[in-house]
Amino acid sequence: MEAVIATAKAAQTVQGPSTLFDKIWRTHLVLEREDGQALLYVDSHFLQDGSAPAFEMLRQRGLTPRLPERAFATPDHYVPTSGRDLALIADPEKRAMAEALESDAAAAGITFFGLDDPRQGIIHVVAPEQGMSRPGMLIVCGDSHTSTHGALGALAFGIGASEVAHVLATQTLWQRRPSTLRVTVDGRFGPGVSAKDLILALIAQISAAGATGCAVEYAGEAVEALSIEGRMTLCNMTIEAGGRAGMVAPDETTFAYLRGRPFAPDGAAWDRAVAAWQALKSDPGAVFDREVRLDAPAIEPMVTWGNSPEDALPITGVTPDPAAAATPERREAMERALAYMGLQAGQALTDVTVDRVFIGSCTNGRIEDLASAAAVVRGRKVAPGVEAWVTPGSGVVKAAAEALGLDQAFKAAGFQWREPGCSMCLGTNGDQVAPGQRCASTTNRNFVGRQGPGSRTHLMSPAMAAAAAVTGRLTDVRDLLGRDLPWKG
Amino acid sequence: MEPITRLEARAVPIDRPNVDTDQIVPARYLQKPRSAPFGDFLFRDLRFDADGSEKSGFVLNQPGYRGAKIVVAEENFGCGSSREHAVWALYDYGVRAVIAPSFGDIFASNSAKNGLLTVALPAGQVKAMIEALAAEPGLEVAVDLDAQTVSLPDGPAHRFEIDPYRKHLLLNGLDELGFTLSQLAQIEAFEKTYAG
Ligand code: SF4
Repeated sequence: MEAVIATAKAAQTVQGPSTLFDKIWRTHLVLEREDGQALLYVDSHFLQDGSAPAFEMLRQRGLTPRLPERAFATPDHYVPTSGRDLALIADPEKRAMAEALESDAAAAGITFFGLDDPRQGIIHVVAPEQGMSRPGMLIVCGDSHTSTHGALGALAFGIGASEVAHVLATQTLWQRRPSTLRVTVDGRFGPGVSAKDLILALIAQISAAGATGCAVEYAGEAVEALSIEGRMTLCNMTIEAGGRAGMVAPDETTFAYLRGRPFAPDGAAWDRAVAAWQALKSDPGAVFDREVRLDAPAIEPMVTWGNSPEDALPITGVTPDPAAAATPERREAMERALAYMGLQAGQALTDVTVDRVFIGSCTNGRIEDLASAAAVVRGRKVAPGVEAWVTPGSGVVKAAAEALGLDQAFKAAGFQWREPGCSMCLGTNGDQVAPGQRCASTTNRNFVGRQGPGSRTHLMSPAMAAAAAVTGRLTDVRDLLGRDLPWKG
Repeated sequence: MEPITRLEARAVPIDRPNVDTDQIVPARYLQKPRSAPFGDFLFRDLRFDADGSEKSGFVLNQPGYRGAKIVVAEENFGCGSSREHAVWALYDYGVRAVIAPSFGDIFASNSAKNGLLTVALPAGQVKAMIEALAAEPGLEVAVDLDAQTVSLPDGPAHRFEIDPYRKHLLLNGLDELGFTLSQLAQIEAFEKTYAG
């Protein structure tokens, strides 16, 4: 195989304007093969409680993590959200997953935030809020939503278990160079519209495979105006469009977000870092393999009706009619989804009643998300018969929300206020939607059975989920909050 | 991990797009060790009722498709979560190749590391193959990794592309980590000058 390997040096000679993606890719290139596969250096490797198989693979080969100081671990998928004791996990195999992370991290000397640590939470919420995800970094994690960290101007990939073992053993990862896609969003969002609506609108437009194989850079006025939280929502769900990575060029918003975070540089190192980060943007004239444009003012609050994130529609719409599908395959897929979801063709989305509401996850479990939901909930009550939960994305988010009194607003309305974790996004910890129940959810996947066998998921923004909680049906949040309020996020 | 060279085997058509990894193996099996019988969990909620009885309507439970070693599916197969368990479930069931117009990126990458060949063919060719398999259950598909072709009995050989390196690993049943470890000196050299 030696013959197909070129060294990074030869590959590094580039001319002309570069994209943000190119710049990060290049500085991390250790080796390149003629077939286009590149060996990339990994700055930070995030681990969660699904990592046990990877550590087992290492042990089987007699290997240990090579640079534990470049790894960080916190449990999220299997942790209970009713309390902070691993003994609350009834299933011994699941409990073992959470326990394995702690012992594997301890054995390797990897920084670990356990359930007794107030900083524990969903890895994609914790790492950015600790300042561990920074511009220009190459970040990997054995979880598809690692794309989230691209919101800070990093290149971040989700990887599989064999790759986790590979990164632990070598601090590198083989990747085929993705193609590049720039999504430019012109103008500003209207009231009641947030990053979640944008990403659902984008996926509806380009399909769940529309960004397959792509590193996606988000740009334009609407993206620049987004907070880091909103950019994380956007980059997070890039994977639902099939993308390899999502990213936003770092700017003053990014620097302001990172300054003073526990793991961010400080003093002279901070100034040097910011100076370097300023250069991390796509050069004028840089060429992307593809470009997509969206018009922010045209985007309405979105909800999904089916079992793929591309099945998203403005809340003002009606469920589609399979008879109007372009192909027989599409018709069948639509019929199957409507049947599973218990919906009729041509039904007004606002007529769909819900049983459960879930606000949380790595997509929308941050403080801004909780604040936007609380603004809807305040002074209202959860509709009779609806069970509504808020699961903060991390202990830090939870504490911040409590300092703002958001927990009181939720509890007064009848919401459950839970402990941090992935919870009902995936239900692996037992927090599940019952068969046949319908859930308004701020998560990222509406797949068949995603929130529990037989569960019916409608994806939407936190404000929209809060609106569904208080009305008991899918609801246009603008009808509750008005259409001309200033809107954050 | 067995080397793959040429495969001539029963194939099952999964005629739906966006088959996500939650369908291939539900999340409730993710805490199982690699030694667990993941083949039993493959398409669990499509193949079985909650009480464990087979759903006769699901294609893999039908006589001509049971035990298939090749899956032919529509676009974006393996999208969604990065769970490598999806590949383990297919592999443990006996599947050695999946043919589709496109794949979830992480799924394709996981497949290559576990001896499962993913073959991307133009949508029209895949559709014709799905129709042929639906019309004649039990039909065998030939996948030749060396020649990079796929064919139905008496049908034309469709050529597919694959990374030479991925092909090398699959042909020889090798895994990537051993190869990278042989390049450790290069990684160390990189680290000496790396500022990040
Ligand atoms: S919150 Fe959901 S999508 Fe995010 S890491 Fe957890 S299970 Fe995965």
